[in-house]
Amino acid sequence: MSLTAIVFYVLSSVTVLSAVMVIAARNPVHSVLFLILAFFNSAGLFVLLGAELLAMLLVIVYVGAVAVLFLFVVMMLDINFVRLREGFLRYFPIGVLIGAVLAAELVFVVGTWVLTPEMAGNLRQPTPEDVTNTRALGQLIYTDYVFVFQTAGMILLTAMIGAIVLTLRKRPGVKRQNIAQQLARSPETAIEIKKVKTGEGI
Amino acid sequence: MDGFLFDYLPILILTLIAVVVSGLFIVLALTVYPDRPDPEKLSAYESGFDAFGDARGKFDVRFYLVAILFIIFDLEVAFLFPWVVALKDIGLYGWLSMGVFLTILTVGFAYEWKKGALEWE
Repeated sequence: MSLTAIVFYVLSSVTVLSAVMVIAARNPVHSVLFLILAFFNSAGLFVLLGAELLAMLLVIVYVGAVAVLFLFVVMMLDINFVRLREGFLRYFPIGVLIGAVLAAELVFVVGTWVLTPEMAGNLRQPTPEDVTNTRALGQLIYTDYVFVFQTAGMILLTAMIGAIVLTLRKRPGVKRQNIAQQLARSPETAIEIKKVKTGEGI
Repeated sequence: MDGFLFDYLPILILTLIAVVVSGLFIVLALTVYPDRPDPEKLSAYESGFDAFGDARGKFDVRFYLVAILFIIFDLEVAFLFPWVVALKDIGLYGWLSMGVFLTILTVGFAYEWKKGALEWE
């Protein structure tokens, strides 16, 4: 067995096991940490596939930002996790249904490859020999897929505005530092000089 | 093994060393180290208080706002990496395409700034 195969089996089994632990762990913080482990291993699998940029983005965006936000939510939010688990049996049928739909979709995807051999060409588009993975992607995203790229920009803008509209509120009576106002003060406006006569108060 | 995967061999070796070393420490802590449990060892340190309540509680939604805005700009930067690498191949069209993309997000940034979402007060 080649080294690549060994690495693939180790990475994929750790991914599957940590994905199971995400839903099986009792402590939600442990769940999120297992999720991060699953992300890291998926990044390793992407590297094995030759999708280097995707692997690095998985680490930067998912591990660096999304998982940290999850951890943030789980550690700080006022949720009783024991109470959250109470409805497990009640929601079990719906969960099984959704799982079955996803499993059926996976079967259909694999089945398409088996039934129509010409689909195998779409299975994996290898990076052209003389360019790196990132460069090959860069040649496509900004020119051939410009519409999708600009749509992504609009979606990010919508997310930004939505987050601000939903969460930002003005709180009255907060004292702010106004640097321009501070610098505009001169001794004439800031200090008043009083002559005090000896032996008298002000 | 494909050629480019050799570049990742150091990372693999580093990961293996990390797994071995951290596993070794756990095993050593479980076997070699003397095990004398004491409730005082788990109590609050010296003059610290015992916990008053649960660490979980309601807290300001602005923390999320900062985190979400960070993720959005993180994604924006992620789009810049392949653009920089391929800039010579995609020419003026690719350059302008990124210009439009950045303009769209700068509109959001200006909105954010004007609204005061970046200020903490």
